[in-house]
Amino acid sequence: MMNDAFDLRLAESHIEVHKFRSGAIVVSTFLALVLQAFVPVYFPKFAVLDLPLLVVVYFGLSRRNPSTGLLLGMVIGLLQDSLSGPTVPLGLYGIAKTIIGYLASSIGARLDTEHPAARFALTMMFFVLHQGVITLTRRLLLAEPEPWFTLRLVIAAAINAVVAVVLFTLLDRLRKS
Amino acid sequence: MAGVPSRHKSLVLLAGVIILQVVLLAVQIKRDSQGRLLRVWTVGAVSPFQRAGAKGIGNIRDTWSHYFALQNTTRDNEQLRRENDALKLQVNQLQSKAAESDRLAALLNFRQAQRNVPMLAARVIGTGADTGSQTVDLDRGERDGIRRNMGVITPDGVVGKVIESYRDTAQVQLLTDKYSGVGGMLAESRIQSPVGGTGEPLLSMKYIPTDETVNVGEHVVTSGMDRIFPRDLPVGIVTEIKTGRPFQQVRVRPAANLQRLEEVIVLLTLHPLEKKETPAPAADATGKSVGGTAAVNP
Repeated sequence: MMNDAFDLRLAESHIEVHKFRSGAIVVSTFLALVLQAFVPVYFPKFAVLDLPLLVVVYFGLSRRNPSTGLLLGMVIGLLQDSLSGPTVPLGLYGIAKTIIGYLASSIGARLDTEHPAARFALTMMFFVLHQGVITLTRRLLLAEPEPWFTLRLVIAAAINAVVAVVLFTLLDRLRKS
Repeated sequence: MAGVPSRHKSLVLLAGVIILQVVLLAVQIKRDSQGRLLRVWTVGAVSPFQRAGAKGIGNIRDTWSHYFALQNTTRDNEQLRRENDALKLQVNQLQSKAAESDRLAALLNFRQAQRNVPMLAARVIGTGADTGSQTVDLDRGERDGIRRNMGVITPDGVVGKVIESYRDTAQVQLLTDKYSGVGGMLAESRIQSPVGGTGEPLLSMKYIPTDETVNVGEHVVTSGMDRIFPRDLPVGIVTEIKTGRPFQQVRVRPAANLQRLEEVIVLLTLHPLEKKETPAPAADATGKSVGGTAAVNP
């Protein structure tokens, strides 16, 4: 029923739901997590990127199904939590990426998000929102004093958005024609 | 979900999933449990790739420097010769500075005193997956004798402590992490104070009374009060001092290059490290302790 409703809406707005080659989501997720936990050893500046978030945003915008989007976000977020050591409790990135997964698929179901400019703007917005949710969770649930807004956040959002435009174009190749 | 309109089902699922994760967070805070099973599985799945990647990069670097980068050898030799001359001059100057040689003597004494502390070299194979990560992963774990709360150093100074040990890997909380701390001491005045991370590249020495004199450039060493690190290991150098009441705000640049760690040494002991008085002149001065024991909870 849920999928029928979405198909109907998508049909009305002429927005295509993309399908991917088998294993594409699993491999992309795994690669993003490995790179996120490995590359900063040699290139510390790489840590500014949040590759798992970009994967959540991309598949959310492409698959356009809020339920699968939020579940994918939850799984990736929890895996990122578990790779981050005991200083990051399980659920911190999980909650943030669940919300982003849901929003990305909901927006993807209503707007055409294939244009690079749209992808840039959406990724930047999702990055800021993601950090906002993490800050909120840290402040409310963990009672940790986190700043709401820093210049570093804006710079990181812009860098992630630029990388997203390139990365999303590469990930487009994993789509089934 | 049967009575829920289909367009709201995903919203209900979202609420359910978030509530579940909030409960998961609450359980971890309440019980101080860290979901070890999921962490063990995830780290177990990812660490072989990190290990292979680290080895691959090492091999590429070796191949590059031994076979392809030889065209720079002559230029490097000339540069090294010039540097060598400059260093000889520097060594002569250093030898004339009694205070500096005293400090080096103290360090030498420390090394001799701690000869029996078992140590293990480990390679850094990864970092925490969160973007503001102040943790690193090592390629050694429980099988090599690494346990939680063991100290981690480099020849330059203190790095941090082990916060989780898995079968083949271990996670180290860096000194710069905002929840990290070490018992510190100013090398010259022997004033003790915890040195903690701030989440930024610089450390903070919080409990130095305003009436004590601290100089920029002064060395900070471990006090041994945390019972994790032996006394007199380099922690950092004072870079900034701000007056405040009742304590000064002293910022310290870490001695070890925490931004670019590739190999570290793990102190393989959980027994409180024996404090040995070093015969260096500065060490005989009366140490003033201000909350030194509160630095780290071993």
